[in-house]
Amino acid sequence: MPFALSPERDRELDEILKRYPTKMAACIPALHLCQDQNGWISEEVIAWVSNRLDLPPAHVKGVVTFYTLFNQHPVGKHQLWVCRTLPCALRGAGEVLEHCEKRLGIKPGETTADGKITLRTAECLASCGTAPMIQVDKEYYENLTLEQVDRILDKLQS
Amino acid sequence: MLKRTNYLTKVYGLPNGWQLPAYEREVRGYETARRVLTTMTPEQVVTEAKKANIRGRGGAGFPMGVKWSFMKPHPTKPAYLVLNADEGEPGTHKDRTIMELNPHAVVEGCIIACYAIGAHVAYIYVRDELHLSKERLWSAIKEAKAKGYLGPRPFGKEYAVDVVVHTGAGAYICGEETSLLNSLEGRRGEPRLKPPFPAQAGAFGCPTTVNNLETIAAVPSAFMVGCEEFSKLSAIHHLNDGGVRLFGVNGHVKNPGVFECAVGVTLRELIYDLGGGIQGDKPLFAVIPGGSSTPVLRAEEVVNAPDEKSPLHPWHGKSVLDVPLGVDTFRGLGTMLGTCCATVMAEGTDPIAAFHNLMQFYRHESCGQCTPCREGSGWLFRIAEKLLEGTCSMEELNELHDIANNIMGNTICAFGEGTAMPALGFLKKFRKEFEAYVRGERSGKHARLTAVPLS
Ligand SMILES: NC(=O)C1=CN([C@@H]2O[C@H](COP(=O)(O)OP(=O)(O)OC[C@H]3O[C@@H](n4cnc5c(N)ncnc54)[C@H](O)[C@@H]3O)[C@@H](O)[C@H]2O)C=CC1
Ligand SMILES: Cc1cc2nc3c(=O)[nH]c(=O)nc-3n(C[C@H](O)[C@H](O)[C@H](O)COP(=O)(O)O)c2cc1C
Ligand code: SF4
Ligand code: FES
Repeated sequence: MPFALSPERDRELDEILKRYPTKMAACIPALHLCQDQNGWISEEVIAWVSNRLDLPPAHVKGVVTFYTLFNQHPVGKHQLWVCRTLPCALRGAGEVLEHCEKRLGIKPGETTADGKITLRTAECLASCGTAPMIQVDKEYYENLTLEQVDRILDKLQS
Repeated sequence: MLKRTNYLTKVYGLPNGWQLPAYEREVRGYETARRVLTTMTPEQVVTEAKKANIRGRGGAGFPMGVKWSFMKPHPTKPAYLVLNADEGEPGTHKDRTIMELNPHAVVEGCIIACYAIGAHVAYIYVRDELHLSKERLWSAIKEAKAKGYLGPRPFGKEYAVDVVVHTGAGAYICGEETSLLNSLEGRRGEPRLKPPFPAQAGAFGCPTTVNNLETIAAVPSAFMVGCEEFSKLSAIHHLNDGGVRLFGVNGHVKNPGVFECAVGVTLRELIYDLGGGIQGDKPLFAVIPGGSSTPVLRAEEVVNAPDEKSPLHPWHGKSVLDVPLGVDTFRGLGTMLGTCCATVMAEGTDPIAAFHNLMQFYRHESCGQCTPCREGSGWLFRIAEKLLEGTCSMEELNELHDIANNIMGNTICAFGEGTAMPALGFLKKFRKEFEAYVRGERSGKHARLTAVPLS
């Protein structure tokens, strides 16, 4: 199915374009808008962005594949990232990840069978002073205990 | 010397402390920008800024005022200010607190800096994950525009300034300034060769100053107290390392966090006074002083600087924990100040597991343009894997040196050094532990990274 940004988001893109001297500079912001709407970046999304910003599809595709936060495949309704890098690991990120794996029955990179949660690991998310931490969609949860992790998972699964 | 200050952090934690009323009431917000724009010429601002001795807070410690002075008006091209808020260096968590808790200091800093370097637009490049940071910056920009502090005529001065928040999409390398510029332009975030430096050809091919977000947020305080006075707040002002800055501490301390102090704090003060000491009152084992790219220090190391000309000479024979955290002092110790956020490890931490964790990070984040970095970071990680599995031979352990040395100096950007230097640092400081793994006396099964169990 061909993709198009909703009229509201498309107006937002018009505003974004005014901030830069080139159309190309809106490439990453435009892809974010598309992903917010569509959940992932499909070939159709790439075609639409390339058309809207007058960029070769290969350019847009090159951008999509460079950045880890652009999903090149559909993902779960919620995405959960456990920061695994050293400062978090020193404060129990390993236990947090293990706990999530056990409760969800999946490994990082996988999505629960009901399509609700995609589990991921993240590299340092600038919260080392409030470690361990996880990010769920656009929210940070910091200074976690396993009990708090349970509560977050309960809410996501309900 | 521990001297806590609250120029940037006074509004931290106040109710609605991130909004304009608090900023104006508590720290006389925007009075400085008004005075600078209405009473000084851009040249005067740059000359004054140099006296603040603000060393770049992004990790390399380049003097801010000197960088500003590289900006020369171009006959046809506009100039840009770009703020680096990618904050991806493992162990770094300071810029985020400014964006969330005092975003107006950033906006006011942008106004002064744009005026000084001849730019009319500042782009703040924030890593995508920091949604609250972006929201707070945008709302500060909106508030400042509504008051006329930002826009076509800030404080009535005919000098338009606009501030825009831009975001990446998850790539550590985009913190490297030329990669960041490519990303801002809508390209893959691959670093460019330097020179040309951004001051010559930066954003959209135009003269650009790239500064860390904290560097720019420090500008209003410096001009408020007077740049020279600001510099003198530092205990190592004589080393051209001035002012106050944010000190972060994380890992095995009881009270991790971000603290504002005059430059000159030592690691001992950061760990024990600000950080509250080590979890479980364990002895200190090792510290990564300023982000994962800075080589690790062991707790028992002693300063060796017999040469009277060395900036470190006054601490000759003393513990490395008693050296003031400064750009040149820590370079002298064979490591780096980096982002001034220390990662603390207690006795009992397995250094090979820590090494493995970091090498996994670098392998994941190499952008892949340069063969020594792409392949080398993969090899370093594979050897770390073999060490933990107990299948690494002495030859392979020795190869670590060659791999790391082969990265140094052979890459487009400093990511290569940022991978090789900490790798070599771990090898040098923990040689005995590495060998114990090779001989099978230690194994990954019992490797621990936490000091106390997670409740
Ligand atoms: N904050 C963070 O999250 C991270 C920080 N880093 C830090 O980044 C540092 C390396 O950064 P680089 O930008 O590669 O260092 P660099 O030494 O090449 O440059 C530092 C700054 O000074 C400017 N500069 C240097 N020499 C110049 C010249 N001759 N003319 C004009 N401008 C000049 C550069 O443009 C840059 O803005 C490392 O020391 C590391 O600590 C590394 C990773 C992450
Ligand atoms: C791999 C790599 C990542 C970097 N990441 C950041 C970053 O996240 N934030 C930052 O301010 N500087 C980062 N830097 C340093 C920048 O290239 C640049 O030196 C800095 O933004 C200049 O600002 P300053 O002079 O105010 O410190 C990084 C450098 C490298 C090599
Ligand atoms: S050194 Fe590494 S990160 Fe930097 S450009 Fe080369 S491959 Fe990319
Ligand atoms: S290591 Fe997890 S937030 Fe920095």
